[in-house]
Amino acid sequence: MNVPIVLHFHDVSFSYPHLMVLEEVGFHVHEGEFIALVGPNGSGKTTLLKLILGLEQPKSGSIELLGQNPSKARVQIGYVPQHASYDPSFPISVLEVVRMGMVEARGRQPKEKLRQLALEALHQVELASLADRPYSDLSGGQRRRVLVARALASKPNMLILDEPAANMDKESEQRLYETLAKLKGKTTVLIVTHDMKRVSALTDRVFCIDAHKEGKVGRTVVQHMLEEEPDDGVKRILHDVEIPADQCRYPQEAGNE
Amino acid sequence: MSEFMGFFDALFSPDFPFVRNAFFAGVLSSVLFGVLGSVVTVKRIAGLAGAISHAVLGGIGISLYLSATGMVPNLSPMVGAIVFALLSALIIGTVSLKSKQREDTVIQAIWAIGMSIGVLFMAKTPGYTDPSSYLFGNILLISTQDLVLLFALDVVVILLAWYFYPQIEATSFDEEFSQVRGIPTRLVFLVILAITAVAVVLLQTFVGIVMVIAMLTLPAGTAGFGAKNLVAMMVGSTLFALLFSFAGLVSGWVLDLPVGAMVVVIAGAFFLGRSVGHLIKMRRSR
Repeated sequence: MNVPIVLHFHDVSFSYPHLMVLEEVGFHVHEGEFIALVGPNGSGKTTLLKLILGLEQPKSGSIELLGQNPSKARVQIGYVPQHASYDPSFPISVLEVVRMGMVEARGRQPKEKLRQLALEALHQVELASLADRPYSDLSGGQRRRVLVARALASKPNMLILDEPAANMDKESEQRLYETLAKLKGKTTVLIVTHDMKRVSALTDRVFCIDAHKEGKVGRTVVQHMLEEEPDDGVKRILHDVEIPADQCRYPQEAGNE
Repeated sequence: MSEFMGFFDALFSPDFPFVRNAFFAGVLSSVLFGVLGSVVTVKRIAGLAGAISHAVLGGIGISLYLSATGMVPNLSPMVGAIVFALLSALIIGTVSLKSKQREDTVIQAIWAIGMSIGVLFMAKTPGYTDPSSYLFGNILLISTQDLVLLFALDVVVILLAWYFYPQIEATSFDEEFSQVRGIPTRLVFLVILAITAVAVVLLQTFVGIVMVIAMLTLPAGTAGFGAKNLVAMMVGSTLFALLFSFAGLVSGWVLDLPVGAMVVVIAGAFFLGRSVGHLIKMRRSR
């Protein structure tokens, strides 16, 4: 089965001045996979995310995103940030937030085309009826789904979500995963979360960023086994079963570097 | 009532060109206050704009000194002001991008050092120079050349705001996401700061250095309560700035008070009134 690799970390290390964060990180993700990247707070998840998006550069090693340097390929990524610094007094409608998902480096695009694409994306997250409402009127869960619609508006090859269920009520979380379930297999999904115990039942593989290689200061990424049978929509992470980070369902691709 | 009507007589009288110039200055600067003020408000860089607006006094002081001592004859204070404005925008912008934790200290330092340099050079400038005339401005001294410059800056700002509206909106709302979309967010930030710096230099002639920052934030803040989006905020803010400028001009004339201070007091009263109204509305809706 020839399934291309969309994200590949080759022995990546990264440090801030006086702080080694990541060392010898190597893993890959195939097209269409649903991946969870988990780690406790302060473990380096945000740094890893910035490296994937090309917002930080590795100290050593290399990263390929969609076969390119991440800083070039990131425009093809649908990114759902935490948006923790959101300003509720910012005057903007739901539709305008989603339209932002198609903004380009410079210039303007036809307004009607953007509106149609934004509405389509809002349909995908079942929030089209709120298109003209002020974004600040929405609940936290609805706002997060609007950000998912914003990421989907550009029809991305890969979706990256940073703590998508943080501060979300149960119903919103369920609706969010219903939306993601529709994308499973068609779009590569990478979810970053701090929940070390369980992940969504949609997850194919889980990477943990909580271990150090022997003699190393920075953390590395290891792959853990997932419980076979999901329970109430979630799979438990089996931390006592570690599998090589480059092992996957498509062995011929993994070795094809 | 007669003083009130007297203002309109003066406005249309060929004997009082300065009143007409002041009126047009109010109209033209309202566009800058409206458009730039909205961007400054949603990007939350009013503090940065405040530091730049005060630092220009250093450039004004040096220009006056160089001109009065004959070292650089006929050097306009505006030249020094623009150099200082752009320089302080560059320093503050760079520190804000590279060392966020030092931003606050640098903003205050630029603010204080710029003003102090201005006062020192004015003290050594031959003849009498009153720093407060630059701090509080005098709209009635606006020349036709100032109006042309204001008009040119209006055109530039409107064109840039129209063409780059999606990028301005995106970087103001969510900078990290904008970066992922390929927008050069740092460049956008520095360009906004530089344009704000140049606008500050021109606008300080209207309401003075101290009050530029108030007019960059109060009309936009007032419009922000009811605006549906950023463009509506820009339009609403421009209309509010126009209203405040005109009301300040008329009341300053009628009551024989400084126009710049009147404009800001009226703008401040409006903003506080709408803030209280908004709070009451929020409490009732809970």
